Formats: sequence, C-alpha cells, structure tokens
Amino acid sequence: MKQTKAKPSSGRTLKHSGFLTAIFAIISLTWISPLLIVLLNSFKRKAYIFKNPFGISTASIFDGFEKWMAGISKTFVGFLNYSNAIKKTDFWHSFGYSLFITVGSVLLIVICCSMCAWFITRVQTWWTKLIYVFCLFSMVVPFQMVMFTLSKFANMLHLSNPVGILVVYLGFGAGLAVFMFCGFVKSIPVEIEEAAMIDGCNPLQAYFLVVFPIMKPTVITVAILDAMWVWNDYLLPSLVLNVNKYRTIPIAVQYLKQSHGQIDWGAMMAVLVLAILPIIIFYIAAQKYIIKGVAAGAVKG
Amino acid sequence: MSRTIKKYWPIFVAPTMAAFMIGFVIPFFYGIFLSFCKFTTVVDWKPVGLQNYTRIFFVNGKLDTTFLHSLWYTALFAVVTLVIINVVAFAIALALTKAIRGTNLFRTAFFLPNLIGGIVLSYVWLMIFNSALAKYSMTIVSTQWTAFWGLVLVVSWQQIGYMMIIYIAGLQAIPEDVMEAAEIDGATAWQKLWKVTIPMMMPSITVCTFLALTNGFKLFDQNLALTGGNPGKMSQLLALNIYDTMYGTTGWQGVGQAKAVIFFILVAALALLQNRLTRSKEVQQ
Repeated sequence: MKQTKAKPSSGRTLKHSGFLTAIFAIISLTWISPLLIVLLNSFKRKAYIFKNPFGISTASIFDGFEKWMAGISKTFVGFLNYSNAIKKTDFWHSFGYSLFITVGSVLLIVICCSMCAWFITRVQTWWTKLIYVFCLFSMVVPFQMVMFTLSKFANMLHLSNPVGILVVYLGFGAGLAVFMFCGFVKSIPVEIEEAAMIDGCNPLQAYFLVVFPIMKPTVITVAILDAMWVWNDYLLPSLVLNVNKYRTIPIAVQYLKQSHGQIDWGAMMAVLVLAILPIIIFYIAAQKYIIKGVAAGAVKG
Repeated sequence: MSRTIKKYWPIFVAPTMAAFMIGFVIPFFYGIFLSFCKFTTVVDWKPVGLQNYTRIFFVNGKLDTTFLHSLWYTALFAVVTLVIINVVAFAIALALTKAIRGTNLFRTAFFLPNLIGGIVLSYVWLMIFNSALAKYSMTIVSTQWTAFWGLVLVVSWQQIGYMMIIYIAGLQAIPEDVMEAAEIDGATAWQKLWKVTIPMMMPSITVCTFLALTNGFKLFDQNLALTGGNPGKMSQLLALNIYDTMYGTTGWQGVGQAKAVIFFILVAALALLQNRLTRSKEVQQ
C-alpha cells in the first residue's frame, strides 16, 4: 500500500502525529487482543480458562512474588493442550486436506477460468455470450440455494473426496473468476495475439506464452480472493466431503464441539492457535498482494 | 483469427463449463424444481405444487412465525452491522490516510481478523464472551439479544478491516487539487468532509454498503459456531434457518428448498438494487 505523503496543508496533523501514533498503537493492540488472549489461554490448564481468562496466575503479584510464581505454575500446562488438540482433531491430516484443497482449487480456478474467459471474450457468438451472462448471474446466488442438490449430485458423481471437491470448487467459483478475467481480457489489445499467431503459434501457445503472462495482476487477485474463500469455507466441504474421513480445518474446529454442546476448551484454544498461525504467516509473506487483491476485487465484485 | 480459436473450445471452455454445470447450473435449476416437490434425496421427488411454500408460514393450519422471525431478525442484523461497519471503517480510513507514523502497521492489524474464517473467529469470541458474561451468570445465548449483539460484534470486528481497505483506496484516489480548492475557499475541516470527501467517495460508499448488507443477509458460519441459533431458534439468521429446516428434521427438505428460493430472490433483489444505485450515484470525476 502506498504511503500517503504529508500534504503541505496538514502541518497541524503532523504536529499531533506522535500523539495519534500512540493512540492508534493502543487501538490496534486492543483490536488484535482477542487473538492474544487465545494464545495466552492455550497454555493454561483447562479449569483456569474460564475462571481467570485474562490473567496468567491464580494469585495477584501483590500477594508476594513466590505466591505469584506458584500461581503461574498452577495454571501453566505447557504444550499439553496442543498435544491433546492434535490428537483429538487429527490436526495434521486436517491441515493437509485444507492445504491440498486450497492450493488445488485455486490452481484449477485460475488456469481453467482464465482460459475460458479469454475464449468467450475473443469468440463472440450466442453461446459464449450466454456463458458470460450465466457467470454474472451465479454471483448473486447464495450457496443455500444450491447446497442440497449440489451435495447430493457430488455424492452421486463420487466427488466426496479431496480430489473431487476441486471440481465442485471450480464450478461454484467459476462465476466470479470468469467475470474478473473477462474484465481484464477486454483491455488486452488483440493485435498482440494476432502477431503471435501470424508468427506460427497455435491458440494454445498464443494463450500460454503471450496472454497468460499479461494477466498476472488479475491472476494474483483471483488467487488471493479464492484462497481466502476456500481455506476458510465451512459449509460447502462439510456437505460435500465425507466428514468421517476428510475434515478440513474449519470442519475439525467445529467438530471439537460435541453433539451435546460440550467443548474441551483447552484443546479448543490450542487448535484455534494452530488454525490462525498459518494464516498469519501467509499474511506476512503476501501482505502486499492481499491488500491490493482485496481492493481490486471489491471494486469489481 | 476467431475462427482458428473457435476450434479449440474443448480445451478452453469445456473443463470450466463441465464443472460449472455440476457446481452451479444443474443444482440451481434442479433446486427450483425441487422446491415444488416432496423429497428426501434428489431421486425420490413427488410434485406437490405450492405446498412447500405454504408450509413455510402455516403448519397444520396454524401460523408458524419461525421463518418470519428469522427474516426480521436478519434484516435488523444486516442494517445494524451495515451502519457500524461502514461508519467505523470510514473513520479509521480517514485517520489512517493522514500522515501518522506507523500507518501501514495499523492497517495490517485492522485487516488481520478478516483473513481468519468465521468458524475459527467465532470460537475465539465465544470464549471471551462467555468468560466475560460468566460474572453475571449469563452466556452468549442467554437471550436472543445477547446473541444478537455478540454476532454484531464478531462480524463488525471481522469486516471493518476489509471495508477500511476499500475506503483507503477510495480516499487515495481523490485528487489533491479538489481539496486544495476547498481550502482556499475557506472550508472548515467539517465542511470539507461533508461537501467534498463524502460526495467524492460515493462509489466506494455504495460498494461497501451493499457488501455489508449482503454479507449480513448471507451470514452463516458465525451464526452456527457462536450461537447455533440458540436460545430456542431465536437467534437463527436466514441462512441457518434454511440449513436447520433442510437437515434438522426429516420430511422438511422441500420446505427448506422453498425457503432457499425465497432467500435467493431476496439476495438477488439486493444485488440488482445495488447495481442501479452504483450507476446513478457515481460522481463524475
């Protein structure tokens, strides 16, 4: 994100800049404090999570240092919650399924939908126009409208596994992706492709050697938006996948809550930290693209 | 050239279209068809006319208010979150486009909750709400209003960062000379905000308003994980109400599908309205 330059007229704001920075530092720390509280509680014995959610010791520091330290060792359980959580949720498998499904469906959506978008923009006939209209239309349809029929069809077609669900994601995610790629293809001068084809490229080569590299900004936007969607999606995979065998991370978290509503909060805290950590790492690594992608995606969607 | 490309349709369009058929087109039309049938799977349907639609509102000749309740509860929820999210996001965006040291870091912090999914976020907040409310021997699902404000807080916390990014992009696109002209004419900061910034920001405001509104109407994950529709079914938003009707009780799949059709019409109408407004309200720049 571009740093805004201080405008010549904003001398007043600059004078208060240190003050505002301090205020915003406090506000943003408060903003992310729920996540910090979860991190803190993930190292506490189950019984103390609700008794004393925001402290680290059963005794106050004013009762004397030794009492305070003893209180800490009473609440602190080290990584016990983590080992429990990993066992209970089979976390590494869930992580693997989530990663595979997210990477797989994003790749599939980006490649297939960009090809489709280029084709229906360049070849203008009644049926390509119809495809475009349907893609636009699919963006306003909420998932609840298709969830029952979609999950039953997916079952009948044997798509209830991590590979099959990629097809479902491609199908349900196609609308937005095709729409966004079409918007970009319209701005690519057709002469570039014609030159490539006159030089002897077939359409496939022209597409992958010339057009696809130009589309990089939109590819990143679509990839980021769809990755955020698929990684965090709960309802679609919980209906399509065979949940006794394959659980993505959101499903694993939801299934920690047992049918009678009981939750092992120690394990829950740990699994929440494990679920959030990869997102923060991804965010730090790709921050620039994520924020750009969100800004671009929102304006178009 | 278009003729040479056209021969390549099996490679370029067929994969996406096959998936699109399975993932959207067929389920959509079949879903509309099934809303007029009695069924438990997709193959054992029996046409029943409009019976599913009347059963949404009347059960055994008596008025059933569950769906109506969740309809107004959802509408209220959508409007309340819309106002809170947009006002706060706009204010933060205004502050963070000023020359403050560390503004990038603050943007990062505000945006972070948006990347975390609804299920995970809801359990984070469920722990905090229930431990804070334990003092008053209450939980988040004590009444439909604790549930309501709990949901509002979680959803606002999640989406403010997102809207903030859109508003920041909009604010940075306002040309500086317009602001300078207003200043030379002697406009106060308040006048500049209302007479220059907000009119120039109308496109972003329309986008964010409708995003918040449709997100509010379509909310599911947070509702499921945070309140589960409790107490009773009093905190069920529309999406969860449909899910509950479809999978909660056997024999009601048809009614669930009929509710889904109504839900679809509602969301589609909102989208159309947005399209209208975006086109008419945009200020020439």
